[in-house]
Amino acid sequence: MINTMECAMDAQNLISISLMKIHNSRTQRGGIKLHKNLLVSYVLRNARQVYIKEKYAEIYRMQQYEEVMTVCNEIQELNPLDLDADDRGEEEHERASCCGEGTSVCGSACQRSAAQPAAHCRTASVLPGCSPLEDGGKEPEPSYYRSCCMETSPVSHCDQFPTNSTHCNKTTVLDLDTHIVTTVENGYLHQDCCCDASQCGQSAQSPAKKRKVEFGCCMSDAEEVSDFTAVRKRAKREDCTYSNLDYTDTSNISNLISIFGSGFSGLLSRQADLEHICSKQAPASLRAWTRAIVAF
Amino acid sequence: MEEESDTRKINNSFLRDHNYATEADIISTVEFNSSGELLATGDKGGRVVVFQREQESKSQPQRRGEYNVYSTFQSHEPEFDYLKSLEIEEKINKIKWLPQQNAAYFLLSTNDKTVKLWKISERDKRPEGYNLKDEDGRIRDPSTITSLRVPVLQPMDLMVEATARRVFSNAHTYHINSISVNSDLQTFISTDDLRVNLWNLEITDRSFNIVDIKPANMEDLTEVITSAEFHPQQCHTFAYSSSKGSIRLCDMRQAALCDRHCKYFEEPEDPSTRSFFSEIISSISDVKFSHNGRYLMTRDYLTVKVWDLQMENRPLETYQVHDYLRGKLCSLYENDCIFDKFECVWNGSDSVIMTGSYNNFFRMFDRNTKRDVTLEASRENSKPRAILKPRKVCVGGKRRKDEISVDSLDFSKKILHTTWHPHENIIAVAATNNLYIFQDKVN
Repeated sequence: MINTMECAMDAQNLISISLMKIHNSRTQRGGIKLHKNLLVSYVLRNARQVYIKEKYAEIYRMQQYEEVMTVCNEIQELNPLDLDADDRGEEEHERASCCGEGTSVCGSACQRSAAQPAAHCRTASVLPGCSPLEDGGKEPEPSYYRSCCMETSPVSHCDQFPTNSTHCNKTTVLDLDTHIVTTVENGYLHQDCCCDASQCGQSAQSPAKKRKVEFGCCMSDAEEVSDFTAVRKRAKREDCTYSNLDYTDTSNISNLISIFGSGFSGLLSRQADLEHICSKQAPASLRAWTRAIVAF
Repeated sequence: MEEESDTRKINNSFLRDHNYATEADIISTVEFNSSGELLATGDKGGRVVVFQREQESKSQPQRRGEYNVYSTFQSHEPEFDYLKSLEIEEKINKIKWLPQQNAAYFLLSTNDKTVKLWKISERDKRPEGYNLKDEDGRIRDPSTITSLRVPVLQPMDLMVEATARRVFSNAHTYHINSISVNSDLQTFISTDDLRVNLWNLEITDRSFNIVDIKPANMEDLTEVITSAEFHPQQCHTFAYSSSKGSIRLCDMRQAALCDRHCKYFEEPEDPSTRSFFSEIISSISDVKFSHNGRYLMTRDYLTVKVWDLQMENRPLETYQVHDYLRGKLCSLYENDCIFDKFECVWNGSDSVIMTGSYNNFFRMFDRNTKRDVTLEASRENSKPRAILKPRKVCVGGKRRKDEISVDSLDFSKKILHTTWHPHENIIAVAATNNLYIFQDKVN
C-alpha cells in the first residue's frame, strides 16, 4: 500500500511529470538512459495505481451511497413513532425515484437545487433542509467520503416549491467508518443518518442501544413542502422533530446488519477486483513504457 | 563542543591542503592509484588529469606531500553512432588504476561505450645526433652525409606522456557504468545496464559475457545492473548491484555464464515506508568491497550499508546519510536530484567509510565508535591549512547559529565522487568542477 501522505504532489501531477521526463530523455545527449527511465516508469506505475484506485473508490462510494440510502429508507420504516405505512411507502417511492435519478456515476461535484433536499427532508428526512440538527449536529468525521448526486430531473419538483434559493450547493457525504450520511449545504453540515456498522458483527442487543437514526428537523420547510403532492399526507405528522431513535426490534436490526454486511463485503470484493485490475494494468503500462524506451 | 572532539577521533582534524580547480568541466570520477602516489580525475569533457604527490622534502616539512598536476590528456572524444543516430558522450564514467609493475603507470578509463588502457610514462632523456635528420627534424640529404655517428641520450626536461595502448570497444549495447581490474592483473570486467563482460588486458577484439540479465522480452525488464566489482583477493569472485537494491556475488568457476549467483544480498523492504519513490531510493548507486575482502558496502539514495559476506539477509550496519531528505523526495524527483548516483569509499583500514551529500557536504562514519561527522568542501568556509569545521543540518525546531536548515541546502552542489588514499588519511573530494584534497593534520 503506497503511502501518499508524505508526497506533496498528487498522483496525477506525478504522472504528468514522469511522462515529461520520459519524453525529454529521448532528446538527451548520449541516448536514452535505461536505468533512469526504468525508475521513472516505476514512479509512473505507482502513481497510476493510486490514481486508478482513487477513481474507482469514488465510483464505488457512489454505488454504496445508493445502498445506504436504501437501508436508511428501511430504517425509516422501522420508526417506532409510526406513522402511516402507506405514506411511508409513497414517500419511499418518491425518495427512491429522486435518489435513483440523482445517484449516478460521476466523479465531480455538482449542484442541486434547494428544492430537492427539501423534498428529501419531507419524505425520509434523510437529507434535511437548512436548519441544523436537533441534537446540535456533529463535526464531520475526518475520514469521510464524498459522493455526489446529480439530480437529472429536479425540475418537476422544483416547480412546486417556493424555494429560497434556486441554486444550492449540496454535497452528500457518507462516512464509511461511522456510516453517517451527511449533507453539506451552503457550508452547513447536516447529519442525515448514521448506522453504526462496527456494531454489525456484534450481538443485536448492543447495537440496539447504540444505533441511532437522526433526522434533521426542518420546521421551516414544512410549509414549503406542503404543496408537494407526494408528501402531502406526511405533512400532518411532520410537526414534530425526529429525535434519537433506539431500535428495540432485534429482528429488524439483524436485517439491517445483513444488509450492511452484504453491502460492504460487496464493496470489498469489488476492491479486490479493482486491485486485480490495477495489478494487471500496471505491468501492462510498465511494459508499454519499456517498449517505448527500447524502441529508441 | 563534544561533537568536535568526537570528530577529531575520526579525522584528526583534516585540514585543507590546496584547492585545484580543473578548468570549467565537471569532474565525473576520482581515483587514487594503489600506492596513493597518483590521483586521477576524469571529467565530462573526456579529459583525464593525473596528480602526483610531491616527495617529502626536509627543507619544507610542513608541505608534506602536496599533489601537483602530473599529466593531462584527452582520453575520449565525442562520437556518433550512425546506426542508431545516437551521440556517444565523451564523459569519463570511471577510472581504474592497474597496480604498478614497471616504471610506467597504467590506467583504464571508460566512457559510455569504450574502455581504453592508457600508459603514462616519463621521458627525461632524448636522443641527439641522428644521422639522417638534423636537430630540427628535417631530413638531411643523404649525399651530404660524410660520416656516421651513434646518437646519444641527453637529459631533457621531464615530459610525461600518455599513450593509448589498448582500446576495448564494440562490446556494450547499453551504457557502461563501471569497470574493475581483477587481482590477477590480467583481466578486467566492464559493466553496463544489463551485461557484464570479461576482458583480457592484452586482447581487444574479444570479450566474454559473464552476466546477462536482459529478459527475452524487454517489456518484462524490472531491474538493471548498477555497478560491479571484483573481489580484492579472490580472482574468481565478483559482485554486482542492481536497481532493486540487491547485490549478487558470483563465482566464475561455477559456470561460464554467471547468471546464477552464489550469494544474494537483500534487505526486505519495510512496507510501512512504501511511497511513490521506493524503487528509486532503493536503487544501489555504488558497491565497494572492503580492503580485507570480508565486507561489502553499498550506497543507495539515503543510506550507506555495510554487508558481511557471510550474512545475506540483512546488512551488518546501516548509516543514514541525509535522512532529512525523505520528506522532500517529491521535489527531488521533480528536479532530478533523486537520480544522483553517490559513491562510497572505505579508508585503508576499513574502519571509516565516507560518502557525499548535497550542499558540498560529505559524511564520514566511524564503524567502531559509531560516530559520524559532516564536513563541507567549499572555498568560502575553509582557508588553506585550516581545520575543517563539522557541519550540522537542522532538521526541525530551533536552528542554532552554525546549523543550516534543510530548506537552505544547495542541491546543485553535490559531492558524488570521493576517494581515500589506500594507506594514509588523505581524501580527495570532487565538488562539481573543483577538486579538494584533505590531509590529516601533522602534529
